[in-house]
Amino acid sequence: MLYREAGDFKTTYRADQQTFPIKSERILFWAFIAFAFLIVPFFINDYWNKAVLMPLLIYSMAALGLNILVGYCGQVSLGTGGFMAVGAFACYKLMTAFPGMDMFSVVILSGFVTAAVGIIFGLPSLRIKGFYLAVATLAAQFFLVWVFNKFAWFYNYSASGQITAPERSIFGIAVTGPSTAPWATYLFALTILFVFGWIARNLTRGRLGRSWMAIRDMDIAAEIIGVSPLKAKLSAFAISSFYIGIAGAMFFANYLGAAEVGEAFGIDKSFLVLFMVIIGGLGSILGSFLGAAFLVLLPVLLKNLMVGYLGWATDLAAHIQIMLVGGLIVFFLIAEPHGLAQLWRITKEKLRIWPFPY
Amino acid sequence: MNMHTKPSQEFVMTRPDDGIKVGDPLLVVDHISLSFGGVKAISDISFDVRKGEIRAIIGPNGAGKTSMLNVINGFYHPQEGTITFRGEKRTKMKPHVAAHQGIARTFQNIALFKGMSVLDNIMTGRITLQKRNLLWQALWRGPAEAEELEHRRSVEHIIDFLEIEAIRKTPVGRLPYGLQKRVELGRALAAEPALLLLDEPMAGMNLEEKEDMSRFILDVNQQFGTTIALIEHDMGVVMDLSDRVVVLDYGRKIGDGTPDEVRNNQDVIDAYLGVSHDE
Repeated sequence: MLYREAGDFKTTYRADQQTFPIKSERILFWAFIAFAFLIVPFFINDYWNKAVLMPLLIYSMAALGLNILVGYCGQVSLGTGGFMAVGAFACYKLMTAFPGMDMFSVVILSGFVTAAVGIIFGLPSLRIKGFYLAVATLAAQFFLVWVFNKFAWFYNYSASGQITAPERSIFGIAVTGPSTAPWATYLFALTILFVFGWIARNLTRGRLGRSWMAIRDMDIAAEIIGVSPLKAKLSAFAISSFYIGIAGAMFFANYLGAAEVGEAFGIDKSFLVLFMVIIGGLGSILGSFLGAAFLVLLPVLLKNLMVGYLGWATDLAAHIQIMLVGGLIVFFLIAEPHGLAQLWRITKEKLRIWPFPY
Repeated sequence: MNMHTKPSQEFVMTRPDDGIKVGDPLLVVDHISLSFGGVKAISDISFDVRKGEIRAIIGPNGAGKTSMLNVINGFYHPQEGTITFRGEKRTKMKPHVAAHQGIARTFQNIALFKGMSVLDNIMTGRITLQKRNLLWQALWRGPAEAEELEHRRSVEHIIDFLEIEAIRKTPVGRLPYGLQKRVELGRALAAEPALLLLDEPMAGMNLEEKEDMSRFILDVNQQFGTTIALIEHDMGVVMDLSDRVVVLDYGRKIGDGTPDEVRNNQDVIDAYLGVSHDE
């Protein structure tokens, strides 16, 4: 009964094309944001931060970036792990080369570096499509990981080949390094995700977003209507890589603290983020968040259930958890091939007319 | 959103005037030849399209009609000959450049953006007219939004004109065929083209849908003053709508003139009805 659009008349085009056209949806959204910004930081502890919230925020960021490329522009990419590594190493080099720089600038600059790399690896998309492009981006994944392993300059010639984040701050509050407060890293990641989530929404609803979707749906017609495939595809690669680079930088600096490239940014990362995008819903901002939430929260939930509640052995629980998550992915894809975002959309449609569906 | 205003009164073409008078040639196709490997699709075809007219291109299947349209909007590059559009001669160009010059088109088999709503599809037609850069778009509030709303207003006039108000938020994949054709026309119109190419706008339609579409084509021509070149197989429609007709057969031009002239042209009759080879 709370979810109604009756009587909610739109009298301007502006009101008609806002992000949340229904009032109760708007209230819900802002209440959720207020909760995340104002309430959660007071109750956050180290476990919640490290096990749940930080991975959720960072993977949401990566999924958002990949969704721009795969979901909106229709260019399949398996190079996410590699691009996250670019973000992480750019972040590391910037942190060590400019110790005075605040963390926000470091992360944004890492995003720009990744965007440049993304454009280079996006060039094959001008000639090849679909599975062939996926294989080309897979090459990017292996190549980038190899580069960061091979050339010691990237990890400042450290003996272990690892990169370790020194302590850096923003407004005098440490957000990286060993002695950070959980609320500080949480708020840092949340702010970045909120700002760039908003920007992603703006980009996808305007001219640029439509040119991406046009290329995705029918590239020949798009070109004839005036979309330059070069600009559309490369801008999608650039912006997508920008987001993924930021996610990689935060994953390394704020979340892990230290990383070894093959382990932290391997091919499994590429697939994980791609799964998030597909399960969440291709071409949907909300879907990116839902997909990340599904694949981050579900394993944690299952583990707590099996080890904490049922008292099973940890290794047994770990294996069953992998099987269950896999099974659930298949189940969700059969139940709703267009992802969780579509499920949410259908629920809303049903709610609108509930309880009199005629 | 005043639904009762006639679109023609408020719909303002924003493309700069090219100085070509009505009746003067807008597009000149000069001795065009196109072949794919050994197959000659078009050989030595010349014709022109005058500003303000409806020009039909007809011919039996495989005559090279669609290839001709593909040449005009830059999708194929002819081996020989030149195309002059709005006084500018060109040889090779990309389709999206042609779009920027003011050529829009619809397709024989519908080429809409299936995942997008009707509104978004038609808004995409205005992509060449939207100028705000990435940073403004990322910010949204301010110039980018103002521009978006301005274009939304023009698009609503087109939606109004094509009488598809009720489906503006529907994903085009869910629409019936006839409506999809109409949306595709809307998308081409949204670009405010100087020259509109229609590739079989009435293929697969029933009589009523054909009548609607013919009315829209005439209205576009008369109210917006848009020059139209169309390919169509329905001879009744072609003869009623068009000012001049060019007839192709096996990649050659066999007739050119008003509908009446073409109707009485012996070559054209032979091409359509077949000719006896006995004598």
